[in-house]
Amino acid sequence: MSLVLDRISRVVGGETHLQDLSLTLEPGSLNVLFGPTLAGKTSLMRLMAGLDRPSGGKVLWQGTDVTGRSVRTRDVAMVYQQFVNYPSFTVYDNIASPLKLAGLPKAEIDRKVRESAAIMHIDGLLGRLPAELSGGQQQRTAIARALVKEAGLLLLDEPLVNLDYKLREELRAEMREIFKRHRSIVVYATTEPLEALMLGGTIVVLHEGRVIQTGPTVEVYHQPASLRVGQVFSDPPLNQVDGMVDGAGVLLADGIRVPAVGHLADLPHGRYRFGARANHLSVFRAHDDDIPVPGTVELAEISGSETFIHVHGKGFAWVVQQEGVHSLGLGETVTAWINPRRLFAFGADGRLVAAPPRPRLGMAAE
Amino acid sequence: MNPTGVGFKKRHIGLIAYFVFLLLPIYWLLAMSVKPNQEILGGFSLFPQTITFANYVTILTDPSWYNGYLNSIQYVALNTVISLSVALPAAYAFSRYRFLGDKHMFFWLLTNRMAPPAVFLLPFFQLYSTFGLIDTHIAVALAHCLFNVPLAVWILEGFMSGVPREIDETAYIDGYGFPRFFLTIFLPLIRAGIGVTAFFCFMFSWVELLLARTLTSVDAKPIAATMTRTVSAAGMDWGLLAAAGVLTIVPGALVIWFVRNYIAKGFALGRV
Repeated sequence: MSLVLDRISRVVGGETHLQDLSLTLEPGSLNVLFGPTLAGKTSLMRLMAGLDRPSGGKVLWQGTDVTGRSVRTRDVAMVYQQFVNYPSFTVYDNIASPLKLAGLPKAEIDRKVRESAAIMHIDGLLGRLPAELSGGQQQRTAIARALVKEAGLLLLDEPLVNLDYKLREELRAEMREIFKRHRSIVVYATTEPLEALMLGGTIVVLHEGRVIQTGPTVEVYHQPASLRVGQVFSDPPLNQVDGMVDGAGVLLADGIRVPAVGHLADLPHGRYRFGARANHLSVFRAHDDDIPVPGTVELAEISGSETFIHVHGKGFAWVVQQEGVHSLGLGETVTAWINPRRLFAFGADGRLVAAPPRPRLGMAAE
Repeated sequence: MNPTGVGFKKRHIGLIAYFVFLLLPIYWLLAMSVKPNQEILGGFSLFPQTITFANYVTILTDPSWYNGYLNSIQYVALNTVISLSVALPAAYAFSRYRFLGDKHMFFWLLTNRMAPPAVFLLPFFQLYSTFGLIDTHIAVALAHCLFNVPLAVWILEGFMSGVPREIDETAYIDGYGFPRFFLTIFLPLIRAGIGVTAFFCFMFSWVELLLARTLTSVDAKPIAATMTRTVSAAGMDWGLLAAAGVLTIVPGALVIWFVRNYIAKGFALGRV
């Protein structure tokens, strides 16, 4: 079972939602559709499901053209961002509905419904109506209904977005386990880099209706093909600074001198745009080869056990993700420490020129 | 002394006055229906001096009277069923699909309510005469569709648009065909809307007199037309007329009871 999208486009009312998009999803693969809102994730998913027709291009399912085929006859299951269940059916009937329509014998329906309800931990709620469930349980019901169908293509459109933090964590971990056992093509749309990394699999990075990079999720994280990918596939977005490579090393912004070490050593002389992840910057010196950059605190947000410090200086505005809770006053002078070994270098066209080597075992984890 | 207490009282006085003002005609009708004619014509009495149910007995036993009710109920029910069964698919289409001129057509439907029914009286009369439909229940039921179908489409569209489109899509993904989805999943979700729509169809068809009277003569004569029978050479039978009036209010009051929680939403055409 494979799904091939061949030069797909979708234009709605003069607005281009998807543009000339080609994609091949391998059988049994987990594919993460990744991109900011309005990148075209939902549009793409609706085309895959057959809910919308592409304005151009073809959709091939196992080698047959299914472009114009109705969603009813396709081998697909879908979970929406909103909790969509049949309000007048009990949880049991909700989950059983695709099986009943498939005409399965009663005993088998019963077995399958109970099995998938058990996987989603809602086996105690089968007699209830969706309105009597919490949001998390409603979404579990929707996921169970999608799983029970055992469709060849399982689409999940940001299924965890409307859940609170704790539930999301919990369900996310369970989903990863379920997908591992799944033999069908799973497509999972998300806007969160963390979620994409947790799920792993293959990532498809979308931006303004185009695919800007595909590849194994972890690899794309370490080797973002362009500045754009680096920005979206990083939370907070990749910190950027203009720089120049000359005979004396690397010059960042207005006069921050950094040695051209490691992967930066081979860079030809010229102008670049450098990127650094927020968690690779620090307000404390972590390594001997860290370079101090003076700046002032614009804002310090405490989130959980981390502090996001917005540091502004001459020619740059960075966000430093710092372990621990720190209270820093507005306008306070601070030194941000940057490590040249952790810098991404992008060319003038935004393409990746050099990426830091991937951390090996024994080195500090991401 | 106590400003809040005074305000409380004032508000009550206002409410009570309003209530009396509203209910007085209905009370008067009720009182008249149980008074003998001599008392009605004889003088002014707030409470009936002698109570009689003879008027009601007359209406409920005389076929020329109760047939009026049966006729009215029959064409109103017919009309409600026709209006609903036509409006449900139409409202679904307006709520879920975009097609050329959809908005204009939707608005055009409502403009049918803007012309007075009298405008349509002549064409209706001639058309129904040609097809031999005069003095049948179906004639009145069809004529009332003129203003009930647009209303039903508008109310139902409002309720249907309140149901997320994703439910439809999920059903199609699950493999439901349209008829099965519509009957088993969609209709239960807009139950209240269907109830309110039925009520509005009932209400407008029940109170409409001009078309109903013109298109019928004997066999399908509505109760309102029957009520003109009380005018005879011997004068008006006021008591009988009042009793008939009271009985005309009853079905409406009964139906209103069932949809009382949704009427406001119905008046807003389902768009609250």
